[in-house]
Amino acid sequence: MENVDRVLVRDVGAVALASGVVGVSFGALAVAAGMSVWMALFMSVVVFAGGAQFVVVGMVAAGGSPVAAVLAGLLLNARHLPFGLAVADLLGKRWPTRLLGAHLMVDESVAFALSQREPGRRRAAYWLCGGMLFVGWNTGVVLGGWAGRVVGSSESLGLDAAFPACMVALLLPSLLPPREQDAEAGARERAAKARKVALVGALIALVLTPWLPMGLPVILSILAVGVALR
Amino acid sequence: MTLLPILVLALGTYGFRVAGPLLSERLKLSARVQERMALATIAMLAALVATSTLLVQGGFAGWARPAGVLVGAVLACLRLPFIGVVIAAAASAAGLRLLGVP
Repeated sequence: MENVDRVLVRDVGAVALASGVVGVSFGALAVAAGMSVWMALFMSVVVFAGGAQFVVVGMVAAGGSPVAAVLAGLLLNARHLPFGLAVADLLGKRWPTRLLGAHLMVDESVAFALSQREPGRRRAAYWLCGGMLFVGWNTGVVLGGWAGRVVGSSESLGLDAAFPACMVALLLPSLLPPREQDAEAGARERAAKARKVALVGALIALVLTPWLPMGLPVILSILAVGVALR
Repeated sequence: MTLLPILVLALGTYGFRVAGPLLSERLKLSARVQERMALATIAMLAALVATSTLLVQGGFAGWARPAGVLVGAVLACLRLPFIGVVIAAAASAAGLRLLGVP
């Protein structure tokens, strides 16, 4: 617990609140698409991946086949496999915590963990973010299912810009050279490598997105590791 | 939406999530491979930022969203507190939309 400070709680709380509001939009959409509030909540609890949930419910509501919709959702979520290799050591040694921790693996919890330097703080950031997002997202879905149209769309609130900006802020500590004069020599080199990989990865995904099914371009951005290390 | 597709999506997603921790247990990844995995994570998060900033369903997302993200990114580079970055990005995008920018 000594690794959880007020700044971390405040930052994670802001993201959890934003994700709660997006959850309100999902709840409203799901109910408008004919799902019951409880079915929408059940989906959010067991899937816990906002992007895929929007895609699957949207595709089925638009008359698409459920099989195609689920395949699209699974492809979108396949990035959790490489994420899991990167955060495996944060999930603990015991099986129950490891199995629970795996379910809390979302883009934000991975990014929050990545933004911390010290192992204890990485673990704290991962669990705090995953846990608070789980509560925020599912609470939002229920509220949205009951009274979705009361709140404006998450786009009119600018939340579609808030999430990429949050990711940028979380990525920066890995990308910027350390400010401290006495930083270890390798740190500067690591940050330069990370910048190259981030840039090439972003370009790969942007170029491929119009041509490939959703989800695949983000996974293929991993190729940037090989390209940028040449 | 019936129960079956939701369960398949949930089980498949959890499978992806739990595969990494299971595999890393078996494989005992070397420090070199672990460094590569950290870089791969950075590549994927950067790819998510780029695509979710600029594109909606394969087409351009409009100007308000990338402008909001840019405001947030500049403030983050100036080392403004995280919460300020997130609020400024949302407020800029929402404000531009109020002014009629798509």
